[in-house]
Amino acid sequence: MTRQAFVEQIMGLPVSVHVRGPGADSPAAADAVAGVFAELRAMDAIFSPYRPDSRLSALNRGEPVQDPLVDVVIDLCEQARQRTGGYFNAYFPEPGGGTRFDPSGLVKGWAVERAAEHLEGYAFYLNAGGDMTVRGSWRVGVEDPAQPDRLLTAIEVVDGAIATSGSAHRGAHIVDPYTGAPALAVRSVTVIGPSLTWADVYATAAAAQGPQAVTWLATLPGYEALLVGDDGALRATPGWPLPE
Amino acid sequence: MRRITMWFLATIAVVVLLFSYRTSTGPDSSPSAGTLGGANAPGVGTATPVDPGTSAGTVARSGSATVADGPAVQTKRGRVQVQAKISGGRITDIMPLTVPSDNNRSRDINKKAVPQLRAEALAAQSAHIDAVSGATLTSDGYTESLQAALDGAHFQAKP
Repeated sequence: MTRQAFVEQIMGLPVSVHVRGPGADSPAAADAVAGVFAELRAMDAIFSPYRPDSRLSALNRGEPVQDPLVDVVIDLCEQARQRTGGYFNAYFPEPGGGTRFDPSGLVKGWAVERAAEHLEGYAFYLNAGGDMTVRGSWRVGVEDPAQPDRLLTAIEVVDGAIATSGSAHRGAHIVDPYTGAPALAVRSVTVIGPSLTWADVYATAAAAQGPQAVTWLATLPGYEALLVGDDGALRATPGWPLPE
Repeated sequence: MRRITMWFLATIAVVVLLFSYRTSTGPDSSPSAGTLGGANAPGVGTATPVDPGTSAGTVARSGSATVADGPAVQTKRGRVQVQAKISGGRITDIMPLTVPSDNNRSRDINKKAVPQLRAEALAAQSAHIDAVSGATLTSDGYTESLQAALDGAHFQAKP
């Protein structure tokens, strides 16, 4: 079967697109992939916390920002806070008082989900740093957080999303919003479901909450999760697909 | 044999990708930065760039195993060539034939990247997976990742 892969570095992440099936090797498919990368770069220009010229940086400097996409993200972050019982929070306390708005934990999944619309009609996956949205059926390995060159399991993901959060590659970058302390009780949380925006938010919130988050994850309709504790123990929601 | 050749070429693409990334400097650099030379044996090269989809190395049989030497890949840090051992239609080992050693940085790369490459290509093949989900992988860690090996196996250079 025809299959083609494309890779670019955007938002400091390796972004891989694999397209397969009829038309996968066509110029139209390559154009669609170029559209995906262009859109992700445009989103990075708006939402990067590292670029002084981004809308996000302007917002945090207290400058007036008029951008419908910024409004959408602010609304989604509020929804995310509510849906996760406060364990996802895009507002971070500043050392000198005040708060800093950093929606990066939501923007990545949301931007990838939006950018994937360029690939409508193809069987594809779009993987941004380990979080991906897929159309068609793809076999996805879940990395072992203790040994990133090994897999915990491999599952079939069909027309949906899979996101993993944790401290494996970047150290403790997830913070418990209630204590301000780095979240260390969970090595990684993988969430599958229909939307990458929400799979990613739920995975991040569960990592912040700790291993007991698995009971909360089990209540989320349409989503399943696999959680690895700091002791290496695996916990999964009842509907998590078992390996064949 | 056709399938084996394709798998072999895919493996070479892994090498191209890994070393292209290693040598890139910008965050948005293209993975196709490396150029391919059509050399068929270690230490023998030509300056003609060729498409990785059409270039082939040498293939020799010894017993039930097939040993294939990849085309030499010219990177900014020197020439890279690998040898793949294929048995029963599967890659059973990957060995470096030529690796850059022009400076300390390159030696560091070789020490790390070559064994990693071997482990990853073999692991990806045995797990029959298309993609990897893991806690946010950064660009720095990409070259050592299983996802990079999977991308490399299907990466096609722009014509």
